[in-house]
Amino acid sequence: MASHYEAPIRRPLVLGEKSYHDVSVDVARPVEGQANRAWWIVFSISLIAFLWGVGCIIYTISTGIGTWGLNKTVGWAWDITNFVWWVGIGHAGTLISAVLLLFRQKWRMAINRSAEAMTIFSVIQAGLFPIIHMGRPWLAYWVVPIPNQFGSLWVNFNSPLLWDVFAISTYLSVSLVFWWTGLLPDFAMIRDRAIRPFQKKIYSLLSFGWTGRAKDWQRFEEVSLVLAGLATPLVLSVHTIVSFDFATSVIPGWHTTIFPPYFVAGAIFSGFAMVQTLLIIMRKVCNLEDYITVQHIELMNIVIMITGSIVGCAYITELFIAWYSGVEYEQYAFLNRATGPYAWAYWAMMTCNVFSPQFMWFKRLRTSIMFSFFISIVVNIGMWFERFVIIVTSLHRDYLPSSWTMFSPTFVDIGIFIGTIGFFFLLFLLYARTFPVIAQAEVKTILKSSGERYKRLREAGESLVEKATDERTAGKPPVKADPWVNIGNDPSVVATTVVTEEKVAESAVIEPSTAENTQQTESLMERLGHFDPKTQSPDDLKRIKGIGPKMEESLNKIGIYTFNQVSRMTKSEYDLLDSITGSFPGRAERDDWAGQAKNLID
Amino acid sequence: MDTVKVVHAVYTDDEVLMAAVKKVREERHHIEEIYTPFPVHGLDKAMGLAPTRIAITSFLYGCLGLAVAITMMNYIMIDDWPQDIGGKPSFSYLENMPAFVPIMFELTVFMAAHLMVITFYLRSKMWPFKKAENPDPRTTDDHFLMEVATRGNEQAVEDLLSSTGAIEVNIVEKEAH
Repeated sequence: MASHYEAPIRRPLVLGEKSYHDVSVDVARPVEGQANRAWWIVFSISLIAFLWGVGCIIYTISTGIGTWGLNKTVGWAWDITNFVWWVGIGHAGTLISAVLLLFRQKWRMAINRSAEAMTIFSVIQAGLFPIIHMGRPWLAYWVVPIPNQFGSLWVNFNSPLLWDVFAISTYLSVSLVFWWTGLLPDFAMIRDRAIRPFQKKIYSLLSFGWTGRAKDWQRFEEVSLVLAGLATPLVLSVHTIVSFDFATSVIPGWHTTIFPPYFVAGAIFSGFAMVQTLLIIMRKVCNLEDYITVQHIELMNIVIMITGSIVGCAYITELFIAWYSGVEYEQYAFLNRATGPYAWAYWAMMTCNVFSPQFMWFKRLRTSIMFSFFISIVVNIGMWFERFVIIVTSLHRDYLPSSWTMFSPTFVDIGIFIGTIGFFFLLFLLYARTFPVIAQAEVKTILKSSGERYKRLREAGESLVEKATDERTAGKPPVKADPWVNIGNDPSVVATTVVTEEKVAESAVIEPSTAENTQQTESLMERLGHFDPKTQSPDDLKRIKGIGPKMEESLNKIGIYTFNQVSRMTKSEYDLLDSITGSFPGRAERDDWAGQAKNLID
Repeated sequence: MDTVKVVHAVYTDDEVLMAAVKKVREERHHIEEIYTPFPVHGLDKAMGLAPTRIAITSFLYGCLGLAVAITMMNYIMIDDWPQDIGGKPSFSYLENMPAFVPIMFELTVFMAAHLMVITFYLRSKMWPFKKAENPDPRTTDDHFLMEVATRGNEQAVEDLLSSTGAIEVNIVEKEAH
């Protein structure tokens, strides 16, 4: 079956000698094991930061927005900066799982689960800021168009702030169901491995009773594809609409038509940087280096480099258009950004976002894990400054010079920001200990085509049939026991080492033409046609998947040398061949040697 | 409760399973169900499953979402209480429509995505507290299980399945539908 074929030039996505069962074990390990010291330390730090943030939020709500550093000139500062920053980070997850799915990028499979988790957790952080900023968050439901006691008082659908409400809630909820639907088979895998009753109960609940029928999988794949198709324009719309919050206003520096694409590129840029930060740590802590490989890091670096360059183009375009527009207020806004009192923030942004990703042109640097981690942190910082620059430097010097001022955050501003970082990591750490962090069902579908071991076997001309089977689970149990007893990786159950039929077959293959076979051989050759060394030249039969050097040798002994001969084989010839060589029965048929040979003739 | 006898054949390889499915279908036995740990591409076609129509439902739900958005905003912004907001036209839906495009889009996506997923969950019988129905826990790990109806012909089906490379073939009593 050619379904597992992949061009040899592609580098393997799953390293090591993995069977299907190994994938389950590797993905379930962080869930089933104990948390280590490092996890508890980071968890405690995140918890403290989170609690500090909660304290600052309570102080803000009970006392008022006056506890922040805002003033009458700068009415938006850290709150909206943080909001846009978190929403931006939330873009990589859906981009990886949806856009890369549409483009059939298999490398997404190792990282999409965690990237989507990151999306959901960061959009939660983002959503906090507008709600706190309302001042009276218990009235937050007023943004929803519901009939109310004030007569016909509706929300304003002309306002981009309301579009934002719809965009972000749609994005959060659709990302959540996309993520959860993908999780069902993986929760089911953990459920069926679970030994402790409590664990079994929890994962039964989470997996919604996933059963894995052929029809379920058919629907599952269709649903994933359609959700990807819906999520792709959705993810682009969300940051577009966030940028409308600024672009539809008449503030110099905000009133720019380039904002939507520029914000989307920036969002992907910062989102990938955050995915990079998280996964470089996670692959180490959870021992997932075989799945999240250096190749994955390299590819993400390339995305960071490209989107960083797009963002750089946008910065320069902004400057050019400000000059070209001839509007002096617009010109001043940008001149002030680059040379005014906030020039340090502007140049920090330029250095982090435009200059630093350019290092990724060098293969040595983009395949270096330490360097990638460093750059990902730099980009995260740079993208925070981008939003700060757009918001604060456009506001702090308005049309009336007497109201020009600077912004300085109070400890409450800083505390809420630190608190959301703590909350984010708290959620991510809990996720990493309780959720299957890799989409294991999807990885199993590409194991034979993109796994290192299978690529090697295929190149050696060997069949991949039954190669992903694990001895620990496939060893035939001594009695026909109730299957529910033999759960998981209990070593006492799986110890029966069965020498695979394949091995027996390969040793038998070497001496096929015993006397009793001669007659069968002749009748087979009659049907396939004899090979005449004078007029014909032998083909390299190893090019047929499933024929290795040994099998070729034994075929040659029988008298089969050419693709032409192989292509004439049908069911009865396969059976004859099986009885002559004593090889693994049915293998030739399963690999469809005749069909492959036909293709090779053409 | 009436019971029927079915044969459960357990495989450890997707390619062996595919070949077995073809063989069982050639021998004109009825495959009741196949449980797999991951989507095996082409299995639905080999089994003769009808293509899923869930994408069509999604399209219809999307249309519904668009209709809801248009109706809602026409009622709220034009019919019920038109207001002069920044001089934007407020007495004609069509003239005010460009400002509504973002919401129309979001609601279309919202309904298309959520209602399709709900349809999927219900059609495949999945919801919280639903008990899983896979007959063998190994089918979520690395085993593939094919359930074949016997129709009183147990021995023949068992022999056939044993010859297809199954590692286990069990005859199981199952509640009749």
